[in-house]
Amino acid sequence: MATGKVGRRFSYAFLILSIVPILIGYTWLVIATLSTRTQGLLPINAEGGIGGLTLSNWKFVFEGDIWNAMLNSLLIAVAMVIGVGIASTSGGYALSRFKFPGRKAFLTGTLVLHAFKAEMLLIAIFFVLRWLGAIPVIGDYIGFNSVGGVALVMVALELPLGIWLMKGFFDNLSWDMERAALIDGAGRFRVWWQIMLPQVRPGIAALALFTFIAGWNAYLVPFTFTIGAKVANMPVFLNQLISDTAPVNWNLVAAVGMFQMIPLIIFFIFTQELLLNIYAGGSKGT
Amino acid sequence: MRVELDNLSKSWDGVVGADRITLDIQDGDLVAFLGPSGCGKTTTLLMVAGIYKPTGGTIKFDGQVVNEVAPKDRGIGMVFQSYALYPHMTVYGNISYPLRIQKVSKSEIRERVQKVADMMGIGDLLDRKIAQLSGGQQQRVSLGRALVKEPQLLLFDEPLSNLDARLRLTMRGEIKRLQEGMGITSIYVTHDQVEAMTMADKIAVMSDGVLQAYDVPEDLYDHPKTLFVAGFVGNPPMNFFDVEIMATNGDFRAKSGAIDLVLPYDRAKKAAERAKGKVVMGVRPEDIYLVDDSAPPAPGRTLSADIEAVEPLGREDLLGVTIDHVQMRVLVDKTKGARVGDAVDLVFDLSKVQFFDPETEQSLLWA
Repeated sequence: MATGKVGRRFSYAFLILSIVPILIGYTWLVIATLSTRTQGLLPINAEGGIGGLTLSNWKFVFEGDIWNAMLNSLLIAVAMVIGVGIASTSGGYALSRFKFPGRKAFLTGTLVLHAFKAEMLLIAIFFVLRWLGAIPVIGDYIGFNSVGGVALVMVALELPLGIWLMKGFFDNLSWDMERAALIDGAGRFRVWWQIMLPQVRPGIAALALFTFIAGWNAYLVPFTFTIGAKVANMPVFLNQLISDTAPVNWNLVAAVGMFQMIPLIIFFIFTQELLLNIYAGGSKGT
Repeated sequence: MRVELDNLSKSWDGVVGADRITLDIQDGDLVAFLGPSGCGKTTTLLMVAGIYKPTGGTIKFDGQVVNEVAPKDRGIGMVFQSYALYPHMTVYGNISYPLRIQKVSKSEIRERVQKVADMMGIGDLLDRKIAQLSGGQQQRVSLGRALVKEPQLLLFDEPLSNLDARLRLTMRGEIKRLQEGMGITSIYVTHDQVEAMTMADKIAVMSDGVLQAYDVPEDLYDHPKTLFVAGFVGNPPMNFFDVEIMATNGDFRAKSGAIDLVLPYDRAKKAAERAKGKVVMGVRPEDIYLVDDSAPPAPGRTLSADIEAVEPLGREDLLGVTIDHVQMRVLVDKTKGARVGDAVDLVFDLSKVQFFDPETEQSLLWA
């Protein structure tokens, strides 16, 4: 149909137009990391002519600090994926399937809590982390100025979203399958682990990706509750880089930013097939 | 296994799902729970399965109260309308699942799964994924999974409703043959009365959470105890109309407007003795004939009617007729060539006539 064709062209044009700024941004990023200076999208050498390509911006790869920051970022992100994953899949299942006192209050409560920005809670969380830090033995790992403490706070902030997301996925599963498993001899835990969890794999993948990105890019919480380079994660490290050097070497900052993106891209490549299955999968065979 | 339900009830915050169901299922019998959707038959089944906790009454298996026994310890197998197969497992994985939970040895699992699968005619599909099977094959897997643990009691929740008509017919026979052959006590929930009539040893008719009747199929058809049962069992449904039973010259007659029929003596006498004023009279569509050479008009049993609708059913025509504003359904031979608008004479075979109290809806003959 003629109108359909025109409409399609319009939507393509619109989509292409809207990604142009983003594409320009990434193009600049790549060029900037490989040059001493840029003017617009062009690399510029000392004389002001086009040229001056260099790998010197990437020298930081051979320094220890960035690897330490990377490890901290990875620890926070992985701890979040595991913590949020376990709590959300089990909590979401319970909220979807069981009737218990306070269920409704809990559901609305988590939703309301999610509406509060993390910034509002910073001071209160600081006190909580101080108290946690005072616990003997484990206090050093989950208190103030520790990677564990940051991960703990981030998990807590991410849980409302995770629980609601997983509850939604469990809500869509048929009760019959669960009843069949109960009659086949499975207990509640086995039903959850062997029958229900495999059905919500796309949901788990989506949640893992969201949480990983949130953990990897976390800035406010690590910046507030850590002091010094030892416990800094990537975004905090990047910020220190900007404030430590004057004048700011933007090309170096671009290279570090680029470096920070690489693990995310790898993670996305591994989960994208599962993510695309979210709507294709669902209730096959039921 | 003998199953006894005693005053079994289930309600949710005042909404009644099943109301004081009492019935007794003999060992080896197949009992059908029959009723329209929302009548409480699945609720009752899920209580027997242990999925729903009763809010009143008891369930006994072989004399033992099992109200508090977990589903997995009840020794039951269940087949669902949605098949409820585990889509992430193969056919083998599905059928073997109950045995794997019981920690049966690998070689024995293999043997038993193969045996059940062969019996269900899916022995060569064991490595397939569930999504690669047709609906009929999926239901066979589901049945196999229920049978593999050799249950004492089989529960069916509308197992054939998702299949096409032809397949339903074959599966019906197969399930009945299997059940009889293995002698497993079974409860079969359905809204399809043909399924219930053909398969069940006894039928429990339910509506609005209440057990309306519990009887062998023939008795439900010939001796319905309530108006609901009379109207629900039998297809096309029985005709009902309000009449007065009058005794004149040693005869009983049913009268209402243009309707004036001489009734069989025994049934009419029994109904008249118990009736308080008007009664609801019931005549099945197959007991009314068009008057012609093979069905000559009978004195006192013939009425004039107008044909308002003709529904060809293949071998027969279902006529919608009116007799003085009373609408009735009549099943006639296709060869009669009935047409809309025809004025015809109908002759009534009243040997199986039913009478009900319009207030209590109980039968005046059998209740």
